[in-house]
Amino acid sequence: MSHILVCPPDYFDIEYEINPWMRVSNQVEVERAKSQWYELMRVLEQEVGALLERMQPVQGLPDMVFTANAGSVMGRRAVPSRFRHPERQREEAHFEAWFRSHGYEVTVLDKELYFEGAGDLLGFPDARFGGYRKRSEIRAYARLSEIFECEIIPVELVDSRFYHLDTCFCPLSGGELLYYPPAFDYYAQAAMADRVAPERRMVVPEFDALKFACNAVCVGKHVVLPAGCEATMQMLDARGYQPHPVPLSEFMKSGGSAKCLTLALD
Amino acid sequence: MARAEKSRNGASNPGQAQETVVIDGHIIDSLILAKVLDTILMMGGAFDLREVKVGATREDPSRAKILVRASTTELLGAILQAIQPHGASVERQSDCRFEPAPADGVLPDGFYATTHLPSQVRLKGTWVEVEAIEMDVAIRVDSALTSARTVTMADAKRGDLIVTGRDGIRVLPLERPKERDVFSFMESQVSSERPHGHIIRDVAGRMRQLRDGGSGKTLFAGGPAIVHAGGREALTWMIDEGYVQVLFCGNALAAHDMEAALYGTSLGFGLCAGRLVPHGHEHHLRTINRIRGIGSIERAVKTGVITEGIMAACVRRNVKVVMAGTIRDDGPLPGVITDSMAAQSAMRAALPGVSLVLLVASTLHAVATGNLLPASVATVCVDVNPSVPTKLAVRGSFQAVGLVMDAASFLRELARELGWKG
Repeated sequence: MSHILVCPPDYFDIEYEINPWMRVSNQVEVERAKSQWYELMRVLEQEVGALLERMQPVQGLPDMVFTANAGSVMGRRAVPSRFRHPERQREEAHFEAWFRSHGYEVTVLDKELYFEGAGDLLGFPDARFGGYRKRSEIRAYARLSEIFECEIIPVELVDSRFYHLDTCFCPLSGGELLYYPPAFDYYAQAAMADRVAPERRMVVPEFDALKFACNAVCVGKHVVLPAGCEATMQMLDARGYQPHPVPLSEFMKSGGSAKCLTLALD
Repeated sequence: MARAEKSRNGASNPGQAQETVVIDGHIIDSLILAKVLDTILMMGGAFDLREVKVGATREDPSRAKILVRASTTELLGAILQAIQPHGASVERQSDCRFEPAPADGVLPDGFYATTHLPSQVRLKGTWVEVEAIEMDVAIRVDSALTSARTVTMADAKRGDLIVTGRDGIRVLPLERPKERDVFSFMESQVSSERPHGHIIRDVAGRMRQLRDGGSGKTLFAGGPAIVHAGGREALTWMIDEGYVQVLFCGNALAAHDMEAALYGTSLGFGLCAGRLVPHGHEHHLRTINRIRGIGSIERAVKTGVITEGIMAACVRRNVKVVMAGTIRDDGPLPGVITDSMAAQSAMRAALPGVSLVLLVASTLHAVATGNLLPASVATVCVDVNPSVPTKLAVRGSFQAVGLVMDAASFLRELARELGWKG
């Protein structure tokens, strides 16, 4: 059973602007955000069959709802995030405490070695990729590959709208890669092409990419993604996946969607 | 701390702003290393891959050490800034280490042995040029830690601060000279089958440029075969015309040159007739004895005893002459330095300002002079025996252009190239 960490949106809001999607003037409709979040939880638990771990939200930390950025977990090892922006650095201690209290073997990165968790470190069992340049630092991956004893291929993000790897890159359980190539530089695209065979690469059209189609949660043959990504749903369907669209427009105001709201624990 | 480098004589040396960066992680398959190298080139810089360790398995990280070079400090700074986000960070640097020499003439264990390439040491966070660089010596730093200069083992004094280990020392690659001539290849391929004409033309070009431009000196080191084989007139003419400022030789070249002036023979052979003349083998001994009686070569020339030839031209043109003795010398002539270390020091003292060196027909003087030269000095080694230029290259003077050729033919061709009508 898939095990996922989430954090209820009790204090979710837009209190600052740290990515091109966020506008303090574009306020969150709190009730709608809550109902969207609970609907996502219902789909994950009831339709996908995931087991959810709920964190305690903290007042004044509006982005804690995005647990993908809590850190990175492999097996029983966890590395909590080191956020680039001071606004989110205050979340670090809470995520670290959660990992420790749940029995993870925690390794903490040096201060200022920025790394934003599963938001930037994703991949397949035999090929992991680390997004850098926007939030995480490339140097973090040299350290993380030591800690997790695995290869991590750094890939440069070149479009500020796709500021985390999980906004434009989604590995699926069957080995396919759902991604939006223009978000990466030439070298990153070539490195991905080298590791993921052409028939496994599924290119998301720009329209869907801008709706964060790649910010999807894949559990077995289920893919939970933001509503409105028709072309992507068809592609998934053709490959034998079952798409589950969920309206998450309130979280898009903050530059996040289904995947950002979850952290896969195993 | 990138800074514009200065060459040995203090002139600005473009293309020498440089910094070493390291990059770790999964840099090969990710093409991160390729991206960093491409970025350096696209921005107009250059690089030397100093070290690349490729991980044995996919899980193992790789590591590259890259020397980044640029024409100016500003460009270097811009390149470093551009590659830094891709993980290329300036190597952690430390000052050089040093220890006092334990006794006169003894270096501390672990002393750093130099190459003849431009070198720098880091003192109190600043890269300082090592003055008077030559191969196989040590580096002494001053007590204020502001300057560094080479020192031989013999010259080290007890308590001198001698650089040890390898930290905080960097050796700079040679810049290709701006001149597009044979020296710009900076390689010592030796072959008797290579054409000579263009090499001799290029040597003549440099000599003319140095004489007329006054920007440096030409040093000539040679053996007595020059006199025996008939290169004497050509060399004399070149000295008289001001093409040579420094002469290194031994007892023999001077003795046979003056034997020719006094008796018309060289080692007893009549230079015109080419036959051994009666009692000719005594001529060089009588020559040496005569000069010893006069007191010096200079006085022999000035009093009209020696009126022509290489040594006479050197006295007339005020050429700096260093004569180093060997164990088999007859006499020797006054002025020959018989203490090898003193001779080495005298040769070293004559080097500042030398920018072209001709090593002709002398194994000993060629290797001895080669060992004292910085790699930046254009050098040509001429010998009829290919093993001489080869030996010079093997001993580290890779910059020397080798020419397998009879000394007299070389000198006559060179002199004609410069306008000699002989």
